[in-house]
Amino acid sequence: MPDLSINFAGIKSPNPFWLASAPPTNSGYQVMKAFDAGWGGAVWKTLGVPVINVSSRYGGVSYRDKRLVGFNNIELISDRPLADNLREISEVKKRFPDHAVIASLMVQSRQEWHDIVRQSQDAGADGFELNFGCPHGMCERGMGSAVGQEPKVLQMIVEWVMEVARKPVIVKLTPNISDITEPAQAARRGGADAISLINTIQSIVGVDLDRFAPYPIVDGQGTNGGYCGPAVKPIALNMVKNCAQHPDVRLPISGIGGIESWRDAVEHILLGASSVQVCTAAMHFGFGIIRELVSGLEQYMVEKNFNTIYDFVGKALPNVRHWEDLNMKYQVKAHIHEEKCIGCQLCYTACEDGAHQAIRLQAGTRTPAIIEENCVGCNLCSLVCPVDDCITMDRHDDGTQHLTWKERTAANTIPTEFNDEKAGGRHHWVPEPAAALGKERHKTLPGKARALGIL
Amino acid sequence: MAEFSTPTTAQEFAENFAQLKPTMSRNEALYESSRCLFCFDAPCIQACPSGIDIPQFIRQINSGNVTGSARTIYEANYFGNACGKVCPTEVLCEGACVYNLQDVKPIEIGRLQSYATTQAITENKKLFGPGPANGKRVAVIGAGPAGISAACELRALGYEVVVFEAKAQPSGLTVYGVAPYKITNEEALAEMAYLQGQFGYEVRYHAPITGRADLAALEAGYDAIFLGIGLGKTSALGLPGEEKINCVGAVEFIEELRQRQEAMQVGRTIIVLGGGNTAMDAASEAARLGAETVLLAYRRGKEEMGAYDFEYELAKSVGVKGLFNVAPLEIVGDNYVVGVRFIRTVVEEGRVREVPGSEFVQACDMVIKATGQAKQTHFLHHIPGLELDGRGRIVADAAGQTTNPQYFTSGDARNGGAEVVNAAAEAKVAARGIHAFLSK
Ligand SMILES: Cc1cc2nc3c(=O)[nH]c(=O)nc-3n(C[C@H](O)[C@H](O)[C@H](O)COP(=O)(O)OP(=O)(O)OC[C@H]3O[C@@H](n4cnc5c(N)ncnc54)[C@H](O)[C@@H]3O)c2cc1C
Ligand SMILES: Cc1cc2nc3c(=O)[nH]c(=O)nc-3n(C[C@H](O)[C@H](O)[C@H](O)COP(=O)(O)O)c2cc1C
Ligand code: SF4
Ligand code: SF4
Ligand code: SF4
Repeated sequence: MPDLSINFAGIKSPNPFWLASAPPTNSGYQVMKAFDAGWGGAVWKTLGVPVINVSSRYGGVSYRDKRLVGFNNIELISDRPLADNLREISEVKKRFPDHAVIASLMVQSRQEWHDIVRQSQDAGADGFELNFGCPHGMCERGMGSAVGQEPKVLQMIVEWVMEVARKPVIVKLTPNISDITEPAQAARRGGADAISLINTIQSIVGVDLDRFAPYPIVDGQGTNGGYCGPAVKPIALNMVKNCAQHPDVRLPISGIGGIESWRDAVEHILLGASSVQVCTAAMHFGFGIIRELVSGLEQYMVEKNFNTIYDFVGKALPNVRHWEDLNMKYQVKAHIHEEKCIGCQLCYTACEDGAHQAIRLQAGTRTPAIIEENCVGCNLCSLVCPVDDCITMDRHDDGTQHLTWKERTAANTIPTEFNDEKAGGRHHWVPEPAAALGKERHKTLPGKARALGIL
Repeated sequence: MAEFSTPTTAQEFAENFAQLKPTMSRNEALYESSRCLFCFDAPCIQACPSGIDIPQFIRQINSGNVTGSARTIYEANYFGNACGKVCPTEVLCEGACVYNLQDVKPIEIGRLQSYATTQAITENKKLFGPGPANGKRVAVIGAGPAGISAACELRALGYEVVVFEAKAQPSGLTVYGVAPYKITNEEALAEMAYLQGQFGYEVRYHAPITGRADLAALEAGYDAIFLGIGLGKTSALGLPGEEKINCVGAVEFIEELRQRQEAMQVGRTIIVLGGGNTAMDAASEAARLGAETVLLAYRRGKEEMGAYDFEYELAKSVGVKGLFNVAPLEIVGDNYVVGVRFIRTVVEEGRVREVPGSEFVQACDMVIKATGQAKQTHFLHHIPGLELDGRGRIVADAAGQTTNPQYFTSGDARNGGAEVVNAAAEAKVAARGIHAFLSK
């Protein structure tokens, strides 16, 4: 069996799965339940100044039959007394000495930071996570994402914390910024031991069509909240990758954002995370999801012959390149495997209306055909096709040539004007605009007209 | 068998005749509609005789626009609710759904359709209305799917419409013929009330048009006449003993069932003669009424029955047994049926041949003849110049116009007996035909 345990910047944990600082880690009761269920660590719901919460607090995004593909909240940090939280932290640590308990913190002044770090240290926390991410409520008071968006302030606060911290310090970053690596670098300069990302993204998940107010609605009104859940994973992965690749960051990364299954976790790890944190999925499905997370990760590691998590941390990073480094000579074209086709013709409309008019209908069959000369290999058809492996993107170059934009720039062979033979558009087939007029076959037969025998 | 005890209360009846396609809950509709792929030039539309824009109405359900969904359905088919429940969707839209080719359960189009229209009906959503009056009048004979659909379309075009119906209720065989586990009387009649409320045509019940005098009055009082009379009674078999008590026609048997519901009596052992969909319905229904043994007797082999496979499966699932390759020779008994004398048959080169000396009597106390409906040729002969084809069907052109230009037709009377959806779809075309004719 592979070894799932980690040592994250000095914080030990039996597996890389931590509950993120959020409602599931609001109390000792919940954290102990979670550890019993199998979670490796918990970042306690952020401790700090006294706050008051509103109701309601959460908004959800449904997609077709799926609930909570996106989730947002306008909740603040822990609204329970600091003393209660600290007492429960020490109790949890006593009963679960091998699990990671990390105190998430957010206060204002240097003195407050010193006090709260010392207090949580005394309570037995294994480390600290500085919450510089909260995108609502706290930032108006100069905390949370207000700090995360100001690298200089962020660095200063990290320095304050490092003055008294005897346990590892993780800086949690906000994605509400154009370049995530700037606060990440500031965290490093301030002496932090690790970073975690992402916190929630400023969002409005929807608007009530009858009450004319954004969700969640508080007495007829609402505000922007923080977005999380499966929908934010792509954004999180990109930011994790950016931090992992940046030469001036070089800190362990705890990946957060849209993790719901072991696959999501592995993706974060392959892009550089060495622990992962979960919030929405635990809120949606409960602590029990850890069974699937752990067993899926184990199985993956067995199949890939990975003995420890560190065998594949950042393993995909070498393959994440700048656009200018990609091989422009590589050429794929769509291929329809007719025996699998169910004739929905989604590929046809997608290519016809949304791509390059490289698919045609054929008389006598509902299976469309690729017009290879027109296909630019964009991939759209294979993405919309509802049948697995029915449209494959097959390689058409012979693999002997490799040429990147960067190499072309160096060799001075980039096109500089549009009517240059080398310019891309010159080799793309497009129909004349007028050909669109009266394209009958393009219209789905409207039921009424057909029923009336008009068509 | 005895899976069903004879229902004597409305509740027992409802249990025995539980709906095959119950109306979906909002959740079911949401989940099911989310699966539709929104195919281009969708095969399900092509397979629907009324050409409902199926992916469109499904997507409307999914986006929360259930009223718009009902509108999409009704624009193509005024019997949208009934069709969702009574159509043989297995061989029509759902049979064409691309999911079949992936061995995935096809979209439950019929139930989604009834879901959207049920909501419009129960909330009495205003979707349509009569067009501006054009001063012309059309008489419609028959308040079945054909007649009512024609009436709706004609009202939308501004005609004054009076429907003459021999029976006490509208919707034709939808309430007098279709099996009650497909649609309840309440559901069928609610859609009729909804349509009448939207379009405002007049229906006169207990108003059979019987002979030349009635027809002449219509010809004089109306600009055009629509024949939506359907078919007639069960055709006679011409067997000795056919007149005995407890030897009944399937159409008549089912009509009584639909009207008297739990007060209906059946025999203990029943033989149903025939191999079509009506035979399957009658057999299923007899079983659900508590008959101990129901035998389906057919002249040919199982594979050659005209009924849809799923209809035969449904009958088998309630305990109906098949008796194949037998031909009835005589209904035996004094006044009451006590059995049927059969002879065994073989099919040679497509033709049924009786096996000499193989006669036997199968005991029973009720016989249901599901051997086809007769045409109303006697009545139709009163219409001057009206041509019928060799099988008694009214001859009409693509616009539904008969050989007497004042008369138009569609539905069973013209196509010889098909489904509700065909009658509804063809009636729209005929109504348009009337409009074109009267606009000349
Ligand atoms: C037993 C049985 C089961 C069926 N099951 C199904 C099913 O599950 N699904 C399906 O889609 N289809 C089914 N059908 C077929 C379907 O019912 C018919 O195709 C459809 O009803 C035809 O509609 P129509 O308007 O042409 O005729 P009908 O429904 O027969 O309506 C004709 C109407 O005209 C009236 N009428 C006739 N003559 C006169 C007159 N001279 N004056 C005044 N009124 C008159 C009749 O009383 C009747 O109301 C079934 C048919 C039968 C017999
Ligand atoms: C394939 C693709 C190409 C795009 N190209 C451009 C572009 O050239 N210019 C631009 O301003 N936005 C471009 N966009 C962004 C879209 O205009 C849009 O802002 C974005 O996709 C978000 O909208 P959506 O969530 O509806 O997709 C592109 C989007 C896609 C998917
Ligand atoms: S999208 Fe796929 S299944 Fe649908 S028509 Fe195209 S190739 Fe066939
Ligand atoms: S890959 Fe793109 S261009 Fe080629 S057929 Fe598919 S959608 Fe069209
Ligand atoms: S064929 Fe099936 S999946 Fe395609 S549009 Fe029709 S119902 Fe939807």
